[in-house]
Amino acid sequence: MSHRLFWVAALLAALVILLPHSAPLFSYVFPQLERPVYTQEPFVWLLWQHMLLVGASSLFSVVAGSAIGVWVTRPSGHFFKPLVESILAMSQAFPPVAVLALAVPVVGFGELPALLALALYGLLPVVQGTVSGLQGVPATQRQAALSLGMTASQCLRYIDLPLALPVWLSSVRTSVIINIGTAAIASTVGAKTLGSPIIIGLSGFNTAYVLQGAILVALLAVVVDLAFESWAKRVAWQH
Amino acid sequence: MTQDKRRNPVLASLSVLAVLALYGLPFLRLAPNRLVSGQPLDFFSIVDGSAWLLLVMPVALVGLTAAAMFKPRVAWLWAALAIAAAGMPGLLWLAANQASIQLQGQLPIARVSVGSAFWVTLTLLGFIVSSALQQLRANALQSILVATAILMAVGGLLASGACSDLSLIKEYANRADGFVEVVARHLQILLLALVCTLAIGLPLGWAAHAHAKAGRALLPVLNIIQTIPSIALFGLLMAPLALLAASVPALGRAGISGVGLAPAVIALTLYGLLPVVRGTLVGLQNVPSGITQAARALGLKRFQILIAIELPLALPVLLGGVRTAAVSSVGLAAVTALIGAGGLGSILFEGLFANAEDVVLLGVLPIVALGVMVDTLFKVLMRLANRSVHPW
Repeated sequence: MSHRLFWVAALLAALVILLPHSAPLFSYVFPQLERPVYTQEPFVWLLWQHMLLVGASSLFSVVAGSAIGVWVTRPSGHFFKPLVESILAMSQAFPPVAVLALAVPVVGFGELPALLALALYGLLPVVQGTVSGLQGVPATQRQAALSLGMTASQCLRYIDLPLALPVWLSSVRTSVIINIGTAAIASTVGAKTLGSPIIIGLSGFNTAYVLQGAILVALLAVVVDLAFESWAKRVAWQH
Repeated sequence: MTQDKRRNPVLASLSVLAVLALYGLPFLRLAPNRLVSGQPLDFFSIVDGSAWLLLVMPVALVGLTAAAMFKPRVAWLWAALAIAAAGMPGLLWLAANQASIQLQGQLPIARVSVGSAFWVTLTLLGFIVSSALQQLRANALQSILVATAILMAVGGLLASGACSDLSLIKEYANRADGFVEVVARHLQILLLALVCTLAIGLPLGWAAHAHAKAGRALLPVLNIIQTIPSIALFGLLMAPLALLAASVPALGRAGISGVGLAPAVIALTLYGLLPVVRGTLVGLQNVPSGITQAARALGLKRFQILIAIELPLALPVLLGGVRTAAVSSVGLAAVTALIGAGGLGSILFEGLFANAEDVVLLGVLPIVALGVMVDTLFKVLMRLANRSVHPW
């Protein structure tokens, strides 16, 4: 655990605990607000919900995305690779908020559309990263493995996957970070996340709520990003 | 090539999926008013005696793609492509026509919206067209012609007024007056942010190239900004901007405030900096040092080298960074509606909060179309830049 990760994580934990007691501070900064601190749900619970939503959807994205990525780079799925690539290219124009909004007519309001949109949207970077990670494995290394008598699946397990790991990991990082942001917007479709204080604050002209939610979401994203960074350093054996 | 002897199942699978979606999911929804989701109408209920073509086309598509799987004949592939391409405006016509039939004898506030079978089948038909073009190894001109034909057929249908009974088109008609302004606002946010991003990002990218130390300090900062979720960044900008506008009234009169255009443009600019700086930096780093040395030996000044040698050679990579920034701004600009910046996101969220599916679509479809257009524009620019760098 790097220094920075520890301190930012400690800051996040401290804020989650201390924010409910920060009414004097916020009423000093925003004297016109009657309720200067968001109290509809405890911040700890919102943080937990946020992490649960991102965790569950990212788990699906990572498992399914990696499977698709491995499949289209195998002989059995290589015919589907151009199709998957054009879907990935097209999805660039599809912002997360659009996927979120379109999930509502399909499954209704609440946690479910958020889960669906996050899982689907998080899939794309993972597929992309798995494919480009596996394609980046030098052909000579694979040939060496095959000529040593490895089977195709042994080659995948001992050569391809470990060598693709750094690229794959950075795509998982992208996917999870996008999902943390989308989960915050998901409070517009009825999911309770750290975005809820922001959305409620925006509609009620309560800048203090907005600030409290925004600081926590931003810190959460930075903590997770730093955690991925220290993980990435550990698997950066290519260099 | 052993791989070419294997059977390519892509088109056949897509066709089977398309037919399953068309028959299995609701094709239209009939609702007594715009706020109720309505009763599903499946595809079979539409097919009556005169519409035998509706049954022949899917069967022909599956047959042709299955046949092409076993014997990839060019004629079969083109025929499958033609059916799929014709099917896209065909579906729209069918939905529109059926909407008019269903609305007869209903109250004027009754709505017919297109259901999931329509969207899923339309998407799959699009995939069939693009996969068929890939298998046929069609050149750029052929692909553009096919895409243009489909777009013109769909556009013609929409322009002819034949679709005016569909709920989505009714929602558009309801706000047709303000729609151009909403799109213009969206473009305004995008362009302002892009100009600011370039004005800050290009010098920063150059500085990061010229002074490696500065680059090593700068990129982690931009990376952290990129990490912060959009809505949180808007929120974090709101309070300081509101404070600024309150303490410096001149700024407030100039339109700077905690909500609206100012935080939206600032946030989008901040997000765009990382790809633009990185693109500029990598582009400049990739310029072969032999070329710049030759230019220096010829007596060119440092500024001349930058303008005449380095920038043109760095342009393709640099444009790649600008493309990433621009395409992601299209989607991010939609979220800025939450802080009162307007744009297409305002339609999207209005629909979301009112639980009106077609209003959501009216916001989403132009956002996606805009994203595709911006992406295509930069793809073309990058190809042109590449050609001028490598003319041979």
